Formats: sequence, C-alpha cells, structure tokens
Amino acid sequence: MRWIWIDRVIQLEAGRLCVATRNTTFAEPYFHANAAMGIDGDAPPLMPHPFIIEGMAQTAGILVGHAGDFKENVILAKIARATFHGTMPPGFTLRFEATLERFDRAGASTKGRVERIDPAGLEPAFLLAEIDLLFSHIDHARQKIDLPEQPFVFSGALMELIVRTRDAKPIA
Amino acid sequence: MEVREDVLNKVNEILVEALGADEEDVTPDAKLVSDLGAESIDFLDIVFRLEKAFGIKIEQAELFPENVLSNSDYVVNGVVTDEGMTVLRNRLPHADLDRFDEDRQVEHFWDIFTVDTLVNFVMAKLEAAKS
Repeated sequence: MRWIWIDRVIQLEAGRLCVATRNTTFAEPYFHANAAMGIDGDAPPLMPHPFIIEGMAQTAGILVGHAGDFKENVILAKIARATFHGTMPPGFTLRFEATLERFDRAGASTKGRVERIDPAGLEPAFLLAEIDLLFSHIDHARQKIDLPEQPFVFSGALMELIVRTRDAKPIA
Repeated sequence: MEVREDVLNKVNEILVEALGADEEDVTPDAKLVSDLGAESIDFLDIVFRLEKAFGIKIEQAELFPENVLSNSDYVVNGVVTDEGMTVLRNRLPHADLDRFDEDRQVEHFWDIFTVDTLVNFVMAKLEAAKS
C-alpha cells in the first residue's frame, strides 16, 4: 500500500475506532480528469467515488492492522456496502471514521462513515457516505501465489504515516 | 425462541445483502456457490452477518470446513477418501453429505452448502445456546 490516500490519522483506539482526514485541492489531477468526462468537457470537478472508498479502506485497514499489532497482512476483500449521499468537490476535507465490527483470525469487518467538512466554515458538515468493508488476513499456507513472507502491507510510507500521527493522539 | 421460518427469512435477507442475489433466487435448496454466485470471501462475510443477526458466535471453520480438502490424507486425485468423509461428517453435522458421498469429487463439494444448510446450522446454534 504505497498509494497513501489519507493525510492524517487523528484518532486510533485499539480494536474500536480509527479516524483519519484527507484534504483536497483543485491541483489534484483527478478533479480535472473527472471534469473532462462531461459531454462538453465541462462536468463539475468531483472526486470519483472509488477514491473515497479507497480512503475508507486505508483508514479501516489501519484499524484492522492495529487490532492485530500490525503483524498480519490485511487486504481489502469486499465492499459490503457503499452508499453515497452527496459529492466531493475540491477544497473540502474528508473525515473518515471506521469502527471495528468483527475481528478474527480469518479477517475483519468494519463500518464506516465519511463526512464532508468545509474548512472555510461556509457550509455545514454532512454525512457524505457510508462504507462497510470486509478485510482478509492473508494466509500464506493457502495462497496459490508467491507473496513475501514478511509484512508488506504495514510498512514504509503507511507505517510512517501512522507513527507520525500517533503523536497527535496517543494510541489507547 | 426463533422458529425455523423466522430463521429462514433472516438468512434469506443476509444472502440477498451479502451476495447481491435476487430475492426470488434465494430458495431453501439454492446452492450458495453455483446458484447464488458466492465466492470464497463471501463465506467470511456470511459468517459475520449470521453472528450479528442471530447474536451467536461462530468459530473459525465451524460452518465451512478448513484444512480438509487441502489435506492429502483426505483427498486423493481430486476425490475425498473414506477418512476424509468421516472427518467432514463429524465437522459438518448441519450439512447433508449423502449426495456428495456418491461421487466425492472435490469440485462438487461446495454444492453441499445450500440456504437450508445455513438454516440448519443456525437452528442448531440457537438450540445449543438455549440448553
């Protein structure tokens, strides 16, 4: 997971909750790509919904990884539900809140809420999406493909992000 | 105490949500894999949803078997051995293995899991919890 799609982890409670945020800017290329897809190339610049799901997957993935002391390779296995109530234009902040529903040796399920927040304070925050996910712990003994023996999900940039933001609020 | 019809209705709802199946396709004898399109990860999803819906705890491999079909003592040349059948019958009392026992081809194994199999399993769990 080298494509980091969240900026900060602001709350991480073992086995219960992870909250992360992502700020957006019009300089990000996907806004322009989305706008170019309009019939006359003038569709509104919006963050594609799969990108919002990816943000939740990373937030919830950290929660699941933390519950297993980051020893397991956690992969997104299934989007159990993704309901969107609005759109995400540039200049707003996404707040991802993931709660752990179930965790065991095979995997975990999470419930998620995504809020759209206006940093300028001109518009009230609202529930942008509800995203429930299913994660799987990779079982090396049952894999038909060759995967690294060492942890490869929680490493590098993602762990740096977690460690860096731990200082914002210590892990419970 | 849940009656079988109530359990069946809840199981149907779970399968519609978990598998994106059409309600009319979720009949008691519908096979999870070949009729309703379940994939391996869906079994984990179904287990989690059953736990939540019925307030029960389902241990790993309690509903769906683990380390049987990959064991060379239990499967030879794609066919389940006598020893393997004994293990399956012991581990899966909620499943009807008689038809599978006739050909024992591993590729047909997952057809033993029908909607009714899940209902049987949940009924047994609820009964055990009561006693």
